[in-house]
Amino acid sequence: MSETRILTARWGKPGSATLASYRADGGYRALDKALSQEPAALVEEVKRSNLRGRGGAGFATGLKWSFLPKDVRPRYLTVNADESEPGTFKDRYIIEHDPHQLIEGIAICCFANDIHLAYVYIRGEFARQARILEAALEEARQAGIIGPRLLGKKDFEVDIQVHRGAGAYICGEESALLESLEGKKGYPRLKPPFPAVVGLWGKPTIINNVETLANLPWIVEHGGQAFAALGTGKSGGTRLFCVSGHVNRPGVYEKPVHQNLRQLIFEDCGGIVGGRKVKAVIPGGSSAPVLAASEIDVSLEFDALKAAGTMAGSGGVIVFDESTCMVRALHRIARFYAEESCGQCTPCREGTPWMEGVLEKLEAGHGQAADVARLEQMANSIMGMTICALGDAAAMPVQSFVKKFKDEFLQHATEHRCPFGETAWGLDQSSRPARVGELSY
Amino acid sequence: MSSPKAVPAADSLPREKVEQFDRELAAITRRYPEDRRASALIPALRLGQELFGHLSPEVQRLAATRLGVTPGRADEVATFYVMFHTRPQGRHVVEMCTNVSCCLTGAERIWAHLQRKLGVKPGETTPDGRITLREVECLGSCGTAPAMLVDEEMHERLTVEKVDEILGRLE
Ligand SMILES: Cc1cc2nc3c(=O)[nH]c(=O)nc-3n(C[C@H](O)[C@H](O)[C@H](O)COP(=O)(O)O)c2cc1C
Ligand code: SF4
Ligand code: FES
Repeated sequence: MSETRILTARWGKPGSATLASYRADGGYRALDKALSQEPAALVEEVKRSNLRGRGGAGFATGLKWSFLPKDVRPRYLTVNADESEPGTFKDRYIIEHDPHQLIEGIAICCFANDIHLAYVYIRGEFARQARILEAALEEARQAGIIGPRLLGKKDFEVDIQVHRGAGAYICGEESALLESLEGKKGYPRLKPPFPAVVGLWGKPTIINNVETLANLPWIVEHGGQAFAALGTGKSGGTRLFCVSGHVNRPGVYEKPVHQNLRQLIFEDCGGIVGGRKVKAVIPGGSSAPVLAASEIDVSLEFDALKAAGTMAGSGGVIVFDESTCMVRALHRIARFYAEESCGQCTPCREGTPWMEGVLEKLEAGHGQAADVARLEQMANSIMGMTICALGDAAAMPVQSFVKKFKDEFLQHATEHRCPFGETAWGLDQSSRPARVGELSY
Repeated sequence: MSSPKAVPAADSLPREKVEQFDRELAAITRRYPEDRRASALIPALRLGQELFGHLSPEVQRLAATRLGVTPGRADEVATFYVMFHTRPQGRHVVEMCTNVSCCLTGAERIWAHLQRKLGVKPGETTPDGRITLREVECLGSCGTAPAMLVDEEMHERLTVEKVDEILGRLE
């Protein structure tokens, strides 16, 4: 069966990031089609497509748009290109290989929602990607595609600007992103009100992930129904799955949203290094609860993974083979959240470093069995008790790792050492060539 | 576009550089509505760091006054984001990711090698002022891990040999 490729179709073509190449492949035709439609009809089309947010929460995109209050102007769009969730590396390639697809998606979103100013919030570390995007935007402005008149004909102004962050995972959280875009430190806001009602500079604001928006040209061109048909249930389209860790062919794979996880690992990614067994898989970025090997025969679709007790999150699939130490892995994850907590709420500020400390102790062989139980209690006490979802994101890995690999945690405590010793990160820690769409890296 | 407020720069900053800062800042502030100049604080601090080396109190004050925000706010922002530095840095900055996907593909060994080879601990600068070494979180290169940034340029699929070669090229 030939698979439909929406996002990766042009990756690797010579000059794929240029306007000329994008146009030669029919680029900006969808925007042209969109301009002949009623904005409200476009929103309906997106609802029909079952497009769900690719940034983390999987919220229905069309529905999110419909939360904008009818009569408040201006409205803004902010594009989330923060891509900082460990295990996630897809938006960067959209920007590197097909920035005009994103720009066209942004323009369609703006037209559909009566928005005239959009910011792409891109993580500071993506200096090269920011340059590529700036260059593509400049081309689009020069060609009169965006600017005072869309495609040089529709009296509808769209200004798109790039705003580079400066290194803070929390700024991927939508309200922290807005604070950062307002020139402040990235402290998440209390919700409600949601950004759709009170967002950038106090105005109604849509926040969508890069990949989410890059799907819009295809949806406009082929219709929402066709997009929905690529997926299943309430989730339409394809998705970029980022696979890293102990697989033979890591990389970015564009697959239907409901791709089977086992198939992704064993067929698409060529299985596990050295023919070893899978031990665990994090299916949606490091915040998502881990799956044990026995649980990976599962659809990666949002609701299916939710039913399996985890989440599709950002599409970051991290694979651990049987020779990996789960305590070591969890300790590193816990350290990340402790490092990135903004410090606003007590459970997250105090709990994340505490969990990191206990895990460090356990891994070093200085822990007790009671520490394992206390870890679980601490994670439970953070869950749902914080301003933003980083608290949950820090708690869920701890809850799931400890629950599913409890023996291993207890073994560290009773043996007073890490049973994996020097090779806690796996017997084969070599870097293998990656597949990114049709490209090799 | 209104011109930047005519606030004298801190005396200790070189005049030509302050002028360059003002010229480039004018282009940056154009990306935001006129009454939202404060939004340019992060790009302004980045520009300050690029031009003056690090975000000293003077540089922070320069950015703050030009954008009409308090120095306290500039300080808050300068210390919140990991890419901002309030102290002098080496001529080159090497930032290696040691997050999960990188560790699964050998980052620990390379990270230890980096520290040994440069003779510094994380956050420190070599005594000759050549390289500042930092440990950072996921760089969005997990498929091509391990990864590090050298002066904002990404290097992926690192090996000890590759790291040596990259370091060797830094003056
Ligand atoms: C701690 C935290 C970090 C996040 N980081 C990102 C990110 O890097 N990129 C992203 O698109 N969404 C991120 N999100 C999700 C955003 O808050 C938001 O849901 C998303 O950008 C909405 O776009 P979508 O509906 O198109 O997915 C993060 C959320 C949290 C709680
Ligand atoms: S949960 Fe953590 S990161 Fe989120 S607002 Fe509270 S302290 Fe900050
Ligand atoms: S974990 Fe190192 S780049 Fe993502």
